[in-house]
Amino acid sequence: MPEKTLFQLSSPGRQAWSLPALDVPAVDAGETARKGNDLPELSEIDVARHFTRLSIMNHHVDKGFYPLGSCTMKYNPKVNELTSRLPGFTGLHPLEPESLTQGALRLMYELGEMLKEITGFDAVTLEPAAGAHGELTGIMMVRKYFEKRGESRDVVLVPDSAHGTNPASVTLSGFKAVQIKSNERGEIDPVELERACSNCVACLMVTNPNTLGIFEPEAKRICDIMHRQGALVYLDGANLNAYVGVHRPADAGFDLMHINLHKTFSTPHGGGGPGSGPVAVTKALEPFLPRPVVRRAEGQRDGGTEGQSDRTLDPSIPRSLDPLFYLDFDRPDSIGRVMGFHGQFAVLVRAYTYIRMLGAAGLKDAAESAVLNANYVRAELDGVYDLPYKGRCLHEVVFSGTNLKQYGIKTLDVAKRLLDYGMHAPTIYFPLIVPEALMIEPTETESRESLDGFIAAMRQIADEARTNPEILRQAPITTPVRRLDEAKASRELDVCYPV
Amino acid sequence: MRFTPHTAEDRRLMLQRIGAASVKELFAGIPAGIRLDRPLDLPAPLSEPEAVRELGKLAAENTGADQLACFAGAGAYDHYVPAIVDTIISRPEFYTAYTPYQAEVSQGTLQAIYEFQSLVCRLYGMEAANASMYDCASALAEATHMARDISRRPKVLLAGSINPVHAEVVRTYAHGLNIPIDVVPLSGNTIDLDALERLCTPDVAALIIQHPNFFGNLEPARRASEIVHQAGALLVVSADPISLGVLEPPGAYDADVAVGEGQPLGIPLSFGGPYLGIMSAKKKYIRNLPGRIVARTVDTEGKTGFVLALQTREQHIRRERASSNICSNQALCALAANVYLATMGRTGIAEVARQSMAKAHYLADGIAGVRGFETETSTPFFKEFVVRTPVPAAKVVETGIKHGILAGVALDRFNPEWKNRLLVAVTEKRTRVEMDAYCVFLKQEFAN
Repeated sequence: MPEKTLFQLSSPGRQAWSLPALDVPAVDAGETARKGNDLPELSEIDVARHFTRLSIMNHHVDKGFYPLGSCTMKYNPKVNELTSRLPGFTGLHPLEPESLTQGALRLMYELGEMLKEITGFDAVTLEPAAGAHGELTGIMMVRKYFEKRGESRDVVLVPDSAHGTNPASVTLSGFKAVQIKSNERGEIDPVELERACSNCVACLMVTNPNTLGIFEPEAKRICDIMHRQGALVYLDGANLNAYVGVHRPADAGFDLMHINLHKTFSTPHGGGGPGSGPVAVTKALEPFLPRPVVRRAEGQRDGGTEGQSDRTLDPSIPRSLDPLFYLDFDRPDSIGRVMGFHGQFAVLVRAYTYIRMLGAAGLKDAAESAVLNANYVRAELDGVYDLPYKGRCLHEVVFSGTNLKQYGIKTLDVAKRLLDYGMHAPTIYFPLIVPEALMIEPTETESRESLDGFIAAMRQIADEARTNPEILRQAPITTPVRRLDEAKASRELDVCYPV
Repeated sequence: MRFTPHTAEDRRLMLQRIGAASVKELFAGIPAGIRLDRPLDLPAPLSEPEAVRELGKLAAENTGADQLACFAGAGAYDHYVPAIVDTIISRPEFYTAYTPYQAEVSQGTLQAIYEFQSLVCRLYGMEAANASMYDCASALAEATHMARDISRRPKVLLAGSINPVHAEVVRTYAHGLNIPIDVVPLSGNTIDLDALERLCTPDVAALIIQHPNFFGNLEPARRASEIVHQAGALLVVSADPISLGVLEPPGAYDADVAVGEGQPLGIPLSFGGPYLGIMSAKKKYIRNLPGRIVARTVDTEGKTGFVLALQTREQHIRRERASSNICSNQALCALAANVYLATMGRTGIAEVARQSMAKAHYLADGIAGVRGFETETSTPFFKEFVVRTPVPAAKVVETGIKHGILAGVALDRFNPEWKNRLLVAVTEKRTRVEMDAYCVFLKQEFAN
């Protein structure tokens, strides 16, 4: 039975809220007063049961394997949920005086320092809300960097294997995205790059390891080529989970990167978010970071104002605690703010908790296990599905379902059939350079037994494709609903329950 | 502490199957010259009790609305969060799931988003909403792109009374795209309608207003809407969702795009995030909306179900021609808002708004009675108002702390000319006792 919507469950006169009676005179909103609204009316048990019933229709990491490539669906420690809900954090208003928020600012400062050590960069902003927001912030900084130098460059190069967010971020920051073709090994070809790079090019966006899970062997040379033309190199840090403690991007010559903090450093994905996308940069790009930046005071300081940057502190204001950590708004070359406040603070608390618990050895162990797991899946399924790019991978592996085409089976059918085996499907049809792609990222938290279960299911599905293809085309059959009519959804656009 | 399950035996067996001698060998693809040859210099690892203690210490260095009577607002508000909100969003079925790419095993998330969109539409009086943006500021920035794409006109008008940080974020986003921005000047604390008429030239794509505005005043929204539409431009409105319990919604005065900060809907203050960008529009503009949109449909057996719709607008399909670059959004915060609105319902949202408004007026009257303090209120206003202070507003805030009161937000942090202006917000959580204590504190400290 499908679960009714809130609106169908509503019954006039029911109430789930309670507030004390108003103890001051009521005020009339006058001519702008609203005359009623159409929100539903439910009792608390209706609300509890409704959302509980909805929830059990979801597949989720705590239930089972979630090998969604590029998404790093690792298990997230429960202690993160505890620490991020401490009242000293959740009750903190973002515009309180700094004397009251020293613990929060210290956490942000120290997290920034740890991210600098992990990536090798010189400065960091924690403000962007998600990976794509970090990309946008980074590319805006690239623009500002060239404006400051008086150079007009309007092109950003993006490999054909890149995440869709890369070219979208490029457009949104006013650059023109130009695609460069990967070579036959799926890597950026330095010769091709040399051809594409001119003094019109501001930046190259690189995902490393790339979306095939392959580390760009010429990463350093690629950076050198761009730098010789005066251009910058942006690293999409979506795949940082593959190399924490093994490699630091700044050492290869990258100029800036974003970190998908929620993925690598463990915030559950919440059904689509929130995430967090800090951007780490070299010294040369530091002046352009979004305002404000968290700083540690050394002697006298002036943090400036949010609105303008030339304030002197009023001596009549008591500075009771003389705060050690503060928000620096006085950044004349900043691209400006990218969020209403200081970023996704509760996600930062989770990342801080996670990094402090694992330490250097634990983080490296996580990267190693992630790579071990991906290679195990690669070795066990090579030959069962096509493996267009041979050789070892890092944290994820991309297969192709083209070998099942002879039975009239598409990758979509394989994905849907996996749902019947109680697992989430891999990312499908991405990267675009692999036909019928199946992009598998097991992550480090899966056990050998868990991987063996997935491998067995994938083998069985390949067998079914030969022996009983119809069951794949019909799949999924055990899920709360069967395949859904997406064409009807986009044609009729029922996006809001009618009043 | 580690969260990886492999034993030495697991590792041995797996390496054997892979055909590698060691895990290190698997990293051979990373050239030696750029491999890190030392351990990362990070603090020593912690066990769970140690981590809880460390984080507990950091949390204890803060003093927030859990300890002070919070009259701070300016975009983040201390409304009551019913217990059921955290209970529901703490279900792993919701919070450990990803974006609902495989609809058949994500119906819980998808239906919840559909309901969230529907609740937003009902609250804002609009026809279509998306699954969420990062926050109100980024939603406004995206709204400028929408307006430009829809109207094919270049310029955006920004009311001088919108949240100054939101205005800055709009400017940050507009910079690279060379979107010219004009500011509509104020007459008092609301937009000057004559100036608006002059500024509404044929190159204007949209006017952005906040209503109630940053200072808490009500804008002449109906009149502004007429002026803007006569000029063929769009009206973009930013509205506090709680205010819509008592004030007529943006749809009622013909807003084309309506956004809001969803934090007041069951989301904790949490030092500024994660919050919730609410974004809605007239249905004819649905293809210009950024972000995820869920639609109701049927499965192969005719059973009702929900899917992500209009994905061809999005970055993973359209890449450099996408309507936005957004991928991750604020799904769990949208779920919190969904549960909050389901719990408060038709009568509860109206009561929260009614109480916040009444209490704000009570406190404003009280403060106006303290010698040296004046309020910049028009009648009526909603839950926020500006107080002119006889000493720097920041000093009032600092002094209030020892009385257990977070007196508001000193506006000089946004503009040095606003040194003696204090923005005070009152939610339904504040009591008459707290508000009386606020006035006593002002009298004791500043009215002698």
